[in-house]
Amino acid sequence: MIEGAAWRKWLFFYLPLAVFVIWLLFPFYWMAITTLRPDGELYRPWNAKNYEPFWTANPTLDHIMLLLEETLFPTWLWNTMLIALVSTLISLVCGVFAGYALARLKFPFAGSLGTGIFITYLVPQTLLFIPLADVIRNFRLGDTPWALILTYPTFLIPFCTWLMMGYFKAIPKELEECARIDGASRWKAMIYIILPVAVPGILSAGIFAFTLSWNEFIYALVFLSSSEQKTVPVGVVSELIRGDVFYWGPLMAGALMGSIPVALVYSFFVEHYVSGLTGSVKG
Amino acid sequence: MAGVSIRQVNKLYDGAVHAVKDVSLEIHDKEFVVLVGPSGCGKTTTLRMVAGLESITSGEVLIGDTVVNELPPMDRDIAMVFQNYALYPHMSVFDNMAFGLKMRKFARAEIQARVKQAADILGIHELLHRKPRQLSGGQRQRVALGRAIVRHPQVFLFDEPLSNLDAKLRVQMRVELKKLHERLGTTAIYVTHDQVEAMTLGDRVVVMKDGLVQQVGEPLELYNAPANRFVAGFLGSPAMNFVEVRLAERGGALWAEGDGLRIQPLPEQAGRLARLNGGRATLGVRPEDLRIANGSDPEGLCFEADIEVIEKLGAQILLDTRAGSHTIVASVEPTVRARVHDRLRLAINPDRLHFFDAANEAAI
Amino acid sequence: MATQDASLVASPARRAVRRVRQLEDERKLAFLLLAPTGILLGLFIAYPFVTGIWLALTDTRVGVPGDFVGLKNFVKIWNDSIFRIAVWNTVWYTFVTTVFKLALGLWLAVLLNRHFRGKAFVRAFVLLPFIIPTVLSTFAWKWMFDPTFSVLNWLLWKLGIIDARINWLGDPDLALWSVMVVNIWRGVPFYAITLLAGLQTISPELHEAAAIDGARPWQRFWYVTWPLLLPVTMVVTLFSVIQTFADFQLVYVLTGGGPANATQLFATYAYQLGIGTGLLSEGAAISLAMFPILFLVVILQLLYIRRVETR
Repeated sequence: MIEGAAWRKWLFFYLPLAVFVIWLLFPFYWMAITTLRPDGELYRPWNAKNYEPFWTANPTLDHIMLLLEETLFPTWLWNTMLIALVSTLISLVCGVFAGYALARLKFPFAGSLGTGIFITYLVPQTLLFIPLADVIRNFRLGDTPWALILTYPTFLIPFCTWLMMGYFKAIPKELEECARIDGASRWKAMIYIILPVAVPGILSAGIFAFTLSWNEFIYALVFLSSSEQKTVPVGVVSELIRGDVFYWGPLMAGALMGSIPVALVYSFFVEHYVSGLTGSVKG
Repeated sequence: MAGVSIRQVNKLYDGAVHAVKDVSLEIHDKEFVVLVGPSGCGKTTTLRMVAGLESITSGEVLIGDTVVNELPPMDRDIAMVFQNYALYPHMSVFDNMAFGLKMRKFARAEIQARVKQAADILGIHELLHRKPRQLSGGQRQRVALGRAIVRHPQVFLFDEPLSNLDAKLRVQMRVELKKLHERLGTTAIYVTHDQVEAMTLGDRVVVMKDGLVQQVGEPLELYNAPANRFVAGFLGSPAMNFVEVRLAERGGALWAEGDGLRIQPLPEQAGRLARLNGGRATLGVRPEDLRIANGSDPEGLCFEADIEVIEKLGAQILLDTRAGSHTIVASVEPTVRARVHDRLRLAINPDRLHFFDAANEAAI
Repeated sequence: MATQDASLVASPARRAVRRVRQLEDERKLAFLLLAPTGILLGLFIAYPFVTGIWLALTDTRVGVPGDFVGLKNFVKIWNDSIFRIAVWNTVWYTFVTTVFKLALGLWLAVLLNRHFRGKAFVRAFVLLPFIIPTVLSTFAWKWMFDPTFSVLNWLLWKLGIIDARINWLGDPDLALWSVMVVNIWRGVPFYAITLLAGLQTISPELHEAAAIDGARPWQRFWYVTWPLLLPVTMVVTLFSVIQTFADFQLVYVLTGGGPANATQLFATYAYQLGIGTGLLSEGAAISLAMFPILFLVVILQLLYIRRVETR
C-alpha cells in the first residue's frame, strides 16, 4: 500500500508494527522477569537509583518453588485442565450434532431454533451467575468440578454450534446424498462421511472452546469455595493475596505457569485457532 | 436389474412451487433414458425422487415391482453419479469405490474383486491409492463411475455427470458411457441440459419443460417429428428457424404467408392446416433443410434472403440471412461461394416443413 | 412391509434395523441430535434465567428464602447512586474502549495484511493477549501499575515526562482510564485478527483497479477497503460490545470497583451486592438490568448489519 522511499516504509510500517508488538507482548515479558527476580530486587521503588527493570543479574526459582510447594497450584492446574477438557468435549459433541441438524436437516422450527442458539451465544456469563449459583446449589453440584463442567458448555455449545453450522454448510450436500445412495443411513453418512471431512472445523471449535474455558473466571469464582477445588485463575486470586498483601513473585509465577498450557495448545494449532476465531464472528 | 415406473408423480415445494407435474414414464429393463430440458424444468427433481433424495408429493415410483416411495435411498438398490462427482475427499479411490460395498457388509475378498474389476473396466487401476484431490477432472469422473458400477445396482442414475468436464473430454466420456452401458446393460436414467448428450446417449429421450413432459421418444423420432414448438426448437444445433405466418387460400391452394416469404405446404399438410384457413401458425424449418435454390425448385418452396453473416464451420457453412423481418439460418455445403450482403434464393426441402399451432404450439 | 414382519418376529436384529429406519426421518434425527444441547441449555440458561427473574422479584438473601416483593428491588437500584455510577461507567467504558479497539485493531490489521518476513510469527504472537487467561495477564498489568514499583512510572520518568509518581489505579480520576487501557490491550488482537481475515477476502485487483483510476492510498482505503470491510466490522464490534459491557474479570482484579466506585461496572456491582454482601435478589436485579440494554444494542446492531449487507 505504501510505495516510494525506504524511510517511508520504516516510518509508516516497521515503526508502528514494532510499537504494537512491544505493547502487546511487554506484559508477558514482565511476568517472566518478575517470576525470576529475587524479592530484594522486586521491591525496589521505581525512582530508586539501582532500579533495573528489564534484567536481573540474580535469577531465582524461589517463587516457583514456593508456588509449587506451599500452595495447591499443581492441583489447580490439574482441575483447570480436567474441567477445560471435559467441558470442551461435551460442547463439541453437542455443538457438532446440533450444528449438523441445523445446517442439514429440514424440520419444523429449525429457523427459530437457530436464532435461539445464536441469542444464547450472545448472553454473557455475568448476566446469569447469581441465579445459576442458586441452580447449582439446588442440584447439589456446588464446590465440585461438575459445577463448571456442566455450566461451561452453556457458552461453549452456542459457539461450537454456530461454527460447525457454517462449516457443514460449506460441505457439498452431494457427499452425504451419495453416501445414502451407497447404502449408508443418515446417521452413518454423518459419522463416516461428513464428520471426517469436517475434522478441521471440529479442531477449530475445540481449540477455541478450550481456551475459552481456561479463561473463564466468574463461574469458577462463585461456584467453588474450597481451595483444592479451585481453578488456576481463582486460586491465584484468592490464595496469593492475603488482605492487602500481594505476593508478587509467586503471583507472577502462577500467572506465567497458568498461561503456559494454554499457550502451548495454541502454538500447536495457531491456524485452527485463528480460523475458529474468525469463524466465530462470521455473520 | 429392473425397470422403473414413474406414475403421475408430482412435487410441490413448501406447498407452493410445483416443480414436477403429473410425470409418468415407463423405463424398461436395460434401457438408457435421458431426461433433458432447460434448467428448472424438473428433470433433476424427478431423478432425485427416484433416488429417494426428495420426498414424493403424490404419485408412485416403482423400481422393479416394488413401490419405493417410502424407502430411504439406501434400500433402493440404485447408484448415482453426481455433477460434482461427490467423491469422499478423505478416502482413497479404492475406499471410495468400496464404501457402498462395506456399508452392505460384503466380504473383503468380494470387495477386492469387484473394485479391481471396475477399475479394469475404467482403466483407473493405477489410481486406486490416490486421494480424490490428486486426480484430474476426467479421472474423478471415472472414479465416480467406478463407485457406481461396483455396486451392480438395479438402476444407474446420472445427474449431469459430464457438465464439469471440458468440451473434448466430454465427447470422449460420452462415448465411453455409451460403451459401458452396452457392456453392463444396467437400466439408466440420465439427466442433462445438453441436447447433444441426450440425442447421442439415450435409447429414448424425455424432453421436459416447466415440470411437464413435452415428448418421449427415440432421438430421431423427436428430431424429425417434434410434438411441439418447444421440442422442435430445443433439439438441433443450430436451432430450427421459426416464422410467424398467416394461412390464406389463394387460387385454390393454401399458402402460408409471412413477412418476406410465401410458402405453399404440401397437399397432405395443407389438408391438416385447412381448419386454420385465415388464421395464424408458426412455420419451422431446420437450417440443414434449406439450400440455395436452382431453377427446378417449385415456386411455393422458395424465398429471397440477404446474407448478413457467414460462419465457416468447415464441414458446412452457416448463412445468417434476413428475409423480411426474420433472421433465417441456413446450413449449406462448404463449396457454396457467397459473400455478405449478397441476395440469394433459398429453397426448402419439400417434406421437411413443420407447422405449429399459434395458440398451443402443438405440431400440426 | 417392514412393520408387518417386525410385529410377527420381533427379533433384536430386526428391532435394530427398525430403529435405524426411524432415524431416516429427518425430524426424528434432528430431535435426537438437538436433544443434548436442548437439555444443557435448558437447564443452565433458560431455567436460571427464569429463576433470576423470580429472584429479582423477591427479597432473598443468602440463607434466607425470600418473599415476593414485586418491583421493589428495581425501584431500589434505580434510586441507588452507586448503581447510577455503575451504569454510566459501563456505558462510557464500553464506548471508549470500543472506539480505540476498532481503530487500533484496524490499523494493526492493515499492517499485518502486508507481506513481510516473519509475518506468520508476528501474527501468532500478537494474539497472545487474547489467548492468555484474562485474570492472569491482568495481574501483570496490576503489577505494572503498582504505585511504588511501577515500571511505567520509571519509563515516563526516564523519558522526562513526569517527575512525581502516578497512582494509576488509586487515583479516582485515572483508575477507569487505566482499566480501559488493559481492556484495549486485550481486545486489539481480536479486532486485528478478525478484521485481517476480512481484509484478506478483498481481492487485490480492486486495489489495483482503484490505483489505476488514480486513487491515493488513503482514498483507496476509504472508498474500497472500508465499505467492503464494514459487514465484518459490524459483527466483530457487536461481539466485542457485548463482552465489554458485561466485563468483570479486569475490574475485579485491578480495582475491585474502587477507588470510591470510580471503576464500578454492572457486573462488579452485581457481584459485590449479590455475592459479597449476600443480597442475592438485588444482585440478580442488577445483572438482569443489563439484559434490556444489551438486547437493545444487539437488535440495533443486527438491524444495521442487515441493512449494510442488503445494500
